[in-house]
Amino acid sequence: MDLQIALLLGQDGITNGAIYALLALALVLVFAVTRVIFIPQGEFATLGALSLASLQAGKTPGTLWLLLGAGTAIFIIDGFQAVRAGALHRLPKILLWNLAYPGVAGLILFLVEPAELSMIAQVLLSLMLVVPLGPMIYRLAFQPLAEASVLVLLIVSVAVHIALVGLGLLFFGAEGSRTPAFSDAVFEFGTIHVTGQTVWVLVSSVLLIATLYLFFERSLYGKALRATAINRIGARLMGISTIMAGKLSFLLAALIGAFSGILIAPITTIYYDTGFLIGLKGFVGAIVGGLASYPVAAAGALLVGLLESYSSFWASAFKEVIVFTLIIPVLLWRSLTTHHVEEDE
Amino acid sequence: MMSRQRWIYAGFLALLLLGPIILPEFYITLLNYIGLYAIVALGLVLLTGVGGLTSFGQAAFVGLGAYATAYLTTATDLSGWLAPFGQSPWLALVAGLALTALVAAILGALTLRLSGHYLPLGTIAWGISIYFLFGNLEFLGGHTGITGIPTLSFLGWELKLGREFYFLIWVALLASVWLTQNLLDSREGRAIRALKGGTLMAEAMGVNTARSKIVIFLIAAMFACVSGWLYAHLQRFINPTPFGLHIGIEYLFMAVLGGAAHVWGALLGAGVITILKQWLQDFLPQILGSSGNFEVIIFGLMMVLILQRARDGLWPILARCIPNVADKCAQKQVFPAEPLPKKPSLQAGNKLLVVGDVVKKFGGLVACNRMNLSVQSGEVLALIGPNGAGKSTMFNCISGVDPASSGEIRFLGERIERLNSREIASRGMSRTFQHVRLLPTMSVLENVAIGAHLRGNKGVMSALLHLDRAEEKRLMAEAAKQIERVGLAEHMFDQAGSLALGQQRILEIARALAADPRLLLLDEPAAGLRYLEKQALADLLRRLRAEGMGILLVEHDVDFVMGLADRVVVMEFGEKIAEGLPEQVQRDPAVLEAYLGGVA
Repeated sequence: MDLQIALLLGQDGITNGAIYALLALALVLVFAVTRVIFIPQGEFATLGALSLASLQAGKTPGTLWLLLGAGTAIFIIDGFQAVRAGALHRLPKILLWNLAYPGVAGLILFLVEPAELSMIAQVLLSLMLVVPLGPMIYRLAFQPLAEASVLVLLIVSVAVHIALVGLGLLFFGAEGSRTPAFSDAVFEFGTIHVTGQTVWVLVSSVLLIATLYLFFERSLYGKALRATAINRIGARLMGISTIMAGKLSFLLAALIGAFSGILIAPITTIYYDTGFLIGLKGFVGAIVGGLASYPVAAAGALLVGLLESYSSFWASAFKEVIVFTLIIPVLLWRSLTTHHVEEDE
Repeated sequence: MMSRQRWIYAGFLALLLLGPIILPEFYITLLNYIGLYAIVALGLVLLTGVGGLTSFGQAAFVGLGAYATAYLTTATDLSGWLAPFGQSPWLALVAGLALTALVAAILGALTLRLSGHYLPLGTIAWGISIYFLFGNLEFLGGHTGITGIPTLSFLGWELKLGREFYFLIWVALLASVWLTQNLLDSREGRAIRALKGGTLMAEAMGVNTARSKIVIFLIAAMFACVSGWLYAHLQRFINPTPFGLHIGIEYLFMAVLGGAAHVWGALLGAGVITILKQWLQDFLPQILGSSGNFEVIIFGLMMVLILQRARDGLWPILARCIPNVADKCAQKQVFPAEPLPKKPSLQAGNKLLVVGDVVKKFGGLVACNRMNLSVQSGEVLALIGPNGAGKSTMFNCISGVDPASSGEIRFLGERIERLNSREIASRGMSRTFQHVRLLPTMSVLENVAIGAHLRGNKGVMSALLHLDRAEEKRLMAEAAKQIERVGLAEHMFDQAGSLALGQQRILEIARALAADPRLLLLDEPAAGLRYLEKQALADLLRRLRAEGMGILLVEHDVDFVMGLADRVVVMEFGEKIAEGLPEQVQRDPAVLEAYLGGVA
């Protein structure tokens, strides 16, 4: 390996690592607020990337059907509950988010010719289809189990993951897709070529992380999420709805996931089941941070990206083995350094 | 009642035997797969449902069993020491089990230390790693796998047809069920079942919880390995696909769907998922118009619904429809048996416990500061003080649950402040907890029997093979004796969780007594008791004292304490403020200050 290759691999590693870092942040966020270990995080990347690819191919993305189906299900459940509780004033809002919104999304797709739209409009349209699925999944799968143990929530999470993988196969088929790059520019720094897409990935990741930081530090909703993460009951006593906090964290996770997918779709071919491995690598990073620290999780994710990149050079067949075996010493180190005495409850 | 249950078993066996005679090939194949999957799911019942450890990685162990035999029985160039194992699939099974045990022991040592949700995440990681290893190792045939695996022969009978293989699979499954049931109904089994209630109580009763975890992890891995071995010789070719993480997830779904806490839930779950999968794989592509593994969508949704609506799975629902099966299975009986050996009793006035200058700090907070106290045999020492005085912290230091920061604790002359709670328990100290720690779904009898854990010595092997019955009877008789002694005889077979809180505290005393302790630590035993029950408890403690037992008591009920204790130690803000006879302490100005805020 000469310096040239080393730098190239480093660039690859950092690019992928940035994506893993985004996913790791989302995982830490969801876990802190809802105690859900969000295995389907990577599926949102897949759904985002493949919805964009479908739009560009002039097809209707299957995610629309999922949006309509999930919306209808929630409308029926929530509507029924509202009627039974005599809270009719809640109906318009339930109707708006669960039936009207997906309906409008469908109408837009029906009216415009998505393949002709600008790249930005296509990206926005994909996000519009995928991101609301986050809170919807929270509502349907996790909200009824909000008080269950972390282990039960984890099994539900795995169940949602496999259902989404199956739906991904149904919507997009077994063939992979790659979307055109956001920019064709190539920057040269001495002997290194840096592609425009790499710059896009890095800049967007940093911007997104900065926005999240501001959101958590400065906005009321961000502070509400942090309060819920620290103490759910305490937050509830202060008037913060845990349901709202849960939906909001899933919304952010879906946004980060879908956007990450859209960012890497030009770099690597995305198949219906690619998201899982991407998400798990974000996980390894998140676990380095103990599912609690955002900066350490991001650093861990970058490390995973670099490790993957260099191991693909030396032992490409064993790339995944190396990356996932790394998690075991990390877990061991975490369990040895965190002392935990069972509490008297 | 028993006969009805016997009838159900007999009918089930008869149906199993009739199966290959009357059923067409398709159903035999289906039953073969159900049997294979149920063996793996059974391991998960033990691991997840009983022990509370979740694994998504069992498919990797199935793969180890399958690849071990496939490689050994097909390779032509086995090096020296491996060569004998390639001679016969049965020897390859032995090699596969050894390999699986080795890998499981290493993975277990690494991941079982992880608390809570880190363990399943660890299993996902190694589940993926081992799968990719199968696919990338040249000598295992890469992603194409290994073909030409020989058939199995049993006493000269070659199992070529699925119909013939059927017997082997179901014998293996029923044998695994038998072994698992034997294990659960034993001293080691109770220790395993205690894991779910948290390790703290189990360790205080002398259970080596780390070892119990490794044991069930190894057994679950071995079951998976046997299933893989059978699979390889049934299919006669293998590739990595059936050993991936998604199949591992499916195994866990089988256990959860069937009812992860029930042995037969494994079979039910494996049956439902296998049949449903078969049907969905035919049906879904027809209505969806394309082919693919769409059944996972339904499985995913189904699991979400099951966990939301019936978290204990389908087996308890089914068992409710057949009365007298579910609850009677679990019921133990008590037979007269030779009593367990007791420690020789001590003369009154022997120094049992001496606590010297014990300090316990939590960060900057000093919860106990230079505490001194001592307990003699045949004496009741009461430790009293306002809330937050550090009494329970003191208890945790003495019993090794949460070791002291500095100072010296001697028990029967031996220093114990650095020992863990299990080692301290084995020296003859037993305790109850301020917040009761019971296994609510187990009977009172079995809960108390956990206390006698250290008085038995039959291990996992004898439990599996039911060679521990004589000792088991003695343990049960001892537990029953202690239950009668504390006055809970009429509740002996009730679920512990159904008792009133006061009775649960008494149950904890019976459990502590079952350990045959020299020193008994009781943390607020009278809380929640009615007047007559308190009197009965006081009588019991007086009798124990008369037998030479030392008792250290934390209690808030001053009347109860003053009528019973020989000496009293008063704590406030982590320090001892008074010590002496009950009537002295009651007049002590410092004590009055602490309790009443000053002398009136």
